[in-house]
Amino acid sequence: MRRWLGIGVWVLTAGAVLALYALAPHLVSDFHSRDLAQAGVFFIAIVGLNILTGYTGQISLGHGALMAVGGYTAAALAVHEHWRDVWTIPLAGIAAGVVGFLIGLPALRLSGIYLALATFAFAVAMPSLLKKFSGLTGGGQGLRLLEQAPLQVTGLSGTVTIFGHTTTQNHFLYYLTWGIGLIAFVIAWLIVRGRLGRTFRAVRDSEVAAASVGIDLARTKTLAFAISGVYAGVAGALLAIQAEIVNPLSFTFLLSILLLVGAVVGGLGSLPGMVVGAFFVQYVPELSTRISSKPGVPDFLYGAAIILVMILLPTGAGGLLRRVARPLTTRLYLRP
Amino acid sequence: MLLAFDWTQLAQQIVIGLSSGGVWATLAVALVLIYRSTGVVNFAQGEMAMFSTFIAWSLVHHGLSYWGAFFLTVALSFLGGVAVERVVIKPVERAPVLTVVIVTLGLFFLVSGAARWIWSPEVRSLPNAFSTRPIEIAGVAFSIQDLGTIAVSLGAVGLLWLFFRFTKLGLASRAAAVNPEATRLVGVRVSWMLALGWGLAAAMGAVSGMLTAPALASFDQNLMQPVLLYAFAGAVLGGLGSPLGAVVGSLLLGVLINLIGTYVDWVGTDLRLPVALAVILGVLLVKPTGLFGRAEVTRV
Amino acid sequence: MSSALLELEDVTARYGPVIALHGISLSVGEGEAVAVLGANGAGKTTTLRAISGSVKRVGRITYAGKSIARSSPEATTRAGIAHVPEGRGTLTDLTVRENLRLGAYTRRDRSAIREDEGRVLGYFPRLQERRDQRAGTLSGGEQQMLALARALMLRPRLLLLDEPSLGLAPLVVAEIFRIVSELNEREGLAVLVVEQNAALALEASARAYVLEVGKVAVEGDSTALRRDDAVRRSYLGY
Repeated sequence: MRRWLGIGVWVLTAGAVLALYALAPHLVSDFHSRDLAQAGVFFIAIVGLNILTGYTGQISLGHGALMAVGGYTAAALAVHEHWRDVWTIPLAGIAAGVVGFLIGLPALRLSGIYLALATFAFAVAMPSLLKKFSGLTGGGQGLRLLEQAPLQVTGLSGTVTIFGHTTTQNHFLYYLTWGIGLIAFVIAWLIVRGRLGRTFRAVRDSEVAAASVGIDLARTKTLAFAISGVYAGVAGALLAIQAEIVNPLSFTFLLSILLLVGAVVGGLGSLPGMVVGAFFVQYVPELSTRISSKPGVPDFLYGAAIILVMILLPTGAGGLLRRVARPLTTRLYLRP
Repeated sequence: MLLAFDWTQLAQQIVIGLSSGGVWATLAVALVLIYRSTGVVNFAQGEMAMFSTFIAWSLVHHGLSYWGAFFLTVALSFLGGVAVERVVIKPVERAPVLTVVIVTLGLFFLVSGAARWIWSPEVRSLPNAFSTRPIEIAGVAFSIQDLGTIAVSLGAVGLLWLFFRFTKLGLASRAAAVNPEATRLVGVRVSWMLALGWGLAAAMGAVSGMLTAPALASFDQNLMQPVLLYAFAGAVLGGLGSPLGAVVGSLLLGVLINLIGTYVDWVGTDLRLPVALAVILGVLLVKPTGLFGRAEVTRV
Repeated sequence: MSSALLELEDVTARYGPVIALHGISLSVGEGEAVAVLGANGAGKTTTLRAISGSVKRVGRITYAGKSIARSSPEATTRAGIAHVPEGRGTLTDLTVRENLRLGAYTRRDRSAIREDEGRVLGYFPRLQERRDQRAGTLSGGEQQMLALARALMLRPRLLLLDEPSLGLAPLVVAEIFRIVSELNEREGLAVLVVEQNAALALEASARAYVLEVGKVAVEGDSTALRRDDAVRRSYLGY
């Protein structure tokens, strides 16, 4: 009986989530769908970062740069090779995954703050690197999908026709991003629940202990970097498609900082919390600007919000969720 | 070949390099002070230093001399650092390290925004700290400004060293950074040692900012962002746990970058930072704890 | 027994949800040497931490007539209780001399402190030799001596010693206990020593308490406990 109740709760939750996904754009204005779509980009990137930092314990302040790899791969394929923009997403993910793997290699020798600074260095260097290889990246100007990519699904017309349905551009972007987001979430959840997830957590909790039970630290860490890289790459590609332009300024070190803030505010080690993290990073800066647009005030308010949230919820939204949900799940699963 | 080499230019470039390195060193020491006692790198250190520099500007604007403003600002920054620790860091004392890192990132935005809010984002300038006349030593012309910057940076760091080495409070502060539990048991209020660390770090940051600003014709709120990056690089090069390492690392980095910039053609000014970053990465890969860092032996 | 220097009454201590002490009561008289014995996990270390304020506890704890049940470690130290923790707690980056100077942190009498430094090093000639060396380079036994010496620099009335014999060779341990006994007899220093090595601790103390799972199982005169076969076999394992 209890078992059916447990399964019932899962089905209900999944159903509610899917319903929310399907209906959300119709509940808000068309313009807000675009904001939601951008929040989705953050969501995907943060879920990936959480796998690396929250579950495997490797700090990265360079995920903005990995998003750049994905974004520029997508844009370059669309502009130079005339791919349809949506098909570039998987390849962007793979490219960023490979770069993530490569970053993971020096990570084997560094840990903690040194790893954070090394990844931070990568994030800081990225805009300069992008400007240097201007043949591929369009240098300081960047790549403009709107003008240079003929096979763009989204475009000037403002509507998108796919599989015979016509919908507004913003709605399409929302469904595309969050659709991929949901799939990405499920994949992450499966990874984290399974053997690989346990291996990740073992490395996070104690590398020495993990190694002593035969876990290959090198393989595990680089794999975590690669997987989170794929997520960042996909997010970057989606960002490119949404913005219809990529340039070095889209991917400064501030983006890497925002991603980490989102992951921690959402709650490291909690996947559902990442939704909160994504919304925090998307909406709080915006709200701050709306309260006052005098120079400096939005940043001031944003900083204050981050500090306040961390003081009140040191383990992020995920931590809070866990504390609230524990009595419920214990009742469901532990009663004989 | 040796006779044709321009030793004069080398000497001058070394001094220039030491001067930049000195400025980075004071900020790097600030980073290490906080890292040593809290295990966290304060990402807002540069912005706090910038804020101090703007306070100095206001003081000068109201009639104080440069050096009068300098010392008053250092004192005010010390108090500011203590206040920041008590208000913002103490509440998350027992939180996971990454939470505290995010708090410093929040502090970055907060202080940066505050500086733009209080002083609008127009360019300003500070009077020169030293005369801009050149001075001749052994027949080579050096700038008094560079020499003065080196002297003040090393002087500030030196005073700090004296404090830690020879005073009771300095001893307690060092002990608290190494083993807070045991230090509590000798009667030291460890919590206040943390506040002291933040105060001293803020004071050092103020020195760094006030040495950076006059050398530029004008500055704005973005003043310290590149300095912070170089300070990180210098601190990492020297080993994050070691204040001495931070100083040596920063000076070395300053000289290295300046020499590379002078003698290697394809390294223009906008590749200086990536070169610096590449140097750190290189060092880290070979010696992960930096030049002076001691490998931490973890007990299992 | 209001004449006792230290008195614990019904003290409970917990680490999060785990209760380590279930309402224990004990006392240490002025200048008395008392041992706390028991197996691993019995709550011996927690008892000392409860006294010095390093763990959350409830119950009555009085020291020299005043309650210290809510005092922080800093406050109990200032009151004259020196706690040498498990694992010694030597400050490895500091020199031997600096460790000693830190021990006198709460004192203000400069010349007396210098005098004490000489006197304390007199008890530990090996430390005298190494006084400018980094504490981390000392052997285990020397570090234990340093921890003890540092505690003495406080001029404490009560010394809390946690497992001084842990990880040390028998000769070194004997030396340490000899010094502790001498301090107790010659200077009237009250000592509360926690030890797994029951034989050693019983020889060096006047009274003893045996803890079992956070409660006092047996208490009494040390000599009597040493002679009691039943107690030795069931509680002390020898």
